[in-house]
Amino acid sequence: MTSPAPPDQAGNSDQVIADDLIKRFGAFVAVDHVSFRIARGEVMGFLGPNGAGKSTIIRILCGLLRASGGRASVAGIDVSRDPEGVRQRIGYMSQKFSLYRDLTVEENLRFFGGIYGVPRAELGARMRFAIDMAGLGGRERALVATLAGGWQQRLALGCAVLHRPPILFLDEPTSGVEPASRRRFWDLIHSLASDGVTVLVSTHYMDEAEYCHRAALINHGRLIAIGSPAQLKQTALGGELLLVECDAPGATLAALQDAPGVRDCSVFGDALHVLVGDAGKSLAELPEFLAAKGLRPRRMARIAPSLEDVFVQLIAADAASRREAA
Amino acid sequence: MNPETNPETNPEMSPQAPIIRIDGLTKRFSELTAVDRLSFSVNRGEIFGLVGPDGAGKTATMRMLAGVMRPDGGAIVIDGVDAVADPEEAKQHVSYMPQRFGLYEDLTVDENIRFYADLFEVPPAVRRARAGRLLAASGMSAFGGFKAGQLSGGMKQKLGLTCALVHTPKILLLDEPTTGVDPVSRRDFWRILYGLREEGVTIVISTAYLDEAERCNRLTLLHRGHALHCDTPAALKQLMPGTLLAIMSTDGRAVRSVVTGHPGVSHVLLVGDGVHAVVDDADARIAQLRDALRRAGTPFTDIAVATPRIEDVFVALLETGDAP
Repeated sequence: MTSPAPPDQAGNSDQVIADDLIKRFGAFVAVDHVSFRIARGEVMGFLGPNGAGKSTIIRILCGLLRASGGRASVAGIDVSRDPEGVRQRIGYMSQKFSLYRDLTVEENLRFFGGIYGVPRAELGARMRFAIDMAGLGGRERALVATLAGGWQQRLALGCAVLHRPPILFLDEPTSGVEPASRRRFWDLIHSLASDGVTVLVSTHYMDEAEYCHRAALINHGRLIAIGSPAQLKQTALGGELLLVECDAPGATLAALQDAPGVRDCSVFGDALHVLVGDAGKSLAELPEFLAAKGLRPRRMARIAPSLEDVFVQLIAADAASRREAA
Repeated sequence: MNPETNPETNPEMSPQAPIIRIDGLTKRFSELTAVDRLSFSVNRGEIFGLVGPDGAGKTATMRMLAGVMRPDGGAIVIDGVDAVADPEEAKQHVSYMPQRFGLYEDLTVDENIRFYADLFEVPPAVRRARAGRLLAASGMSAFGGFKAGQLSGGMKQKLGLTCALVHTPKILLLDEPTTGVDPVSRRDFWRILYGLREEGVTIVISTAYLDEAERCNRLTLLHRGHALHCDTPAALKQLMPGTLLAIMSTDGRAVRSVVTGHPGVSHVLLVGDGVHAVVDDADARIAQLRDALRRAGTPFTDIAVATPRIEDVFVALLETGDAP
């Protein structure tokens, strides 16, 4: 595979740098002193509730929106000085794939090649690259509307990398796609990354975050956690997670709200996820506590938290600290 | 009393009988068979999931259950009523929230609720009590005077749910209610659903988020109009052929090339922290893989048994050809 990264940029330095970024809309602070760095070839996930400021940060990084303060640099270029230069070095793929459904695969590629200013002499080779990468060989003349979701998604990715951008922005790229196609898509992303492409994925699909090297959690315009999925699961939860399987999840949930050592509790089917300070201590004490209320869970065990557990806990902790500060 | 609706003479209405039973349900759109001889039963008072990617047939199934689309074949029985022959009778106790719920964007939250309450002839006192409780549960009490058009995606979904529930249905059909909704709002939404379940409401929910399947009591995995399997999340995970291993490494690609093709190893998947792979014998293979990785000089920090996700099961079931 040819390297999509241009040779004129620094080798292994950070390709995306946000340094104390601030964005205000009137009195509203949409981005509040956000700093992070993304290394060349890294896949970074951007997580956060709707309205948290994820897309505002991405629009600043793409040069579409001017920051009110701080500095952003993408592919070694200061975004505020040369937003056009930045736009030439990024690829963008949205959730809806932004393809023309009534055009063929080839026509879509040709169209996006034109938009991204791919030189005519190179376009044929780049289209071949995109078609091979997406596994669309033999379907060049198929109408996009007739392709399954997974194919459309890989075509959209092909369109986004036609101009060999060293930075790729993906907005919820795999929602609703078949699991097997989704795995294939992430294989492509990782192979682009290992060729030096830096990838920023914004999502609230926790499965997508698992595929990222690191994930950053944004809430109310602030960066509240950043780390690899494993680091976030080990440290960010601030406690340990128990699975409690029971016949009466509702009553057990109500009882556990007041149990010693229990910080949070939520229902998963016929089981509960219970956040506690010390799993060993709670596994020893909770059966007796529940038995006193006539509740006997079938099974209790410590489990590894999912990224969703981590995410929800961090947002709740952030909300609590904001209330205290107010 | 009509013998059809008398619980003493109609076995379909006993508390143990499934509240929804579909058998051989089929729907074609010209050449495409969207729903293909689908059968499943939903028990009284459970949260039942229709789980699968886009195009699996979730929405068509929901529409047929809701009585707003006629099936091309098969039977639907809802609470003892033949819903294909008599959709209006079946609809009496069903509330359906389609993907795009019809909220009036230029009306306020309170006005939208009042509109749906009037439509279903809910007395004002009942409406006020019920809407108040649902809005409080979804953290929306302060937004009664806001126009629906001003709400975020997650809040619109919660308002849609409040409107759908204002008339106390026995059965609630929710078509992809959490698509595009962030995890915090999603958890709020599920808290409301579990509350309704405690009140005895039966819920059928469709979702393309495979991780959301974990929250259902039982679910059917849908693929191209077929049911792959129908069971509890825990039982579905038991179907996983082999054991899932997580190999933690900063160089997942190198790990993948070492473990791919190793005897007894399949489904090698690159993730952010390393590699997931399915093995036939965890103890033996962990030791062998450690050796192989050390010999290759590939850095890794740990190999551990991981809990499979529903997605792992889904992919494995498709590959073993365990589809009807």
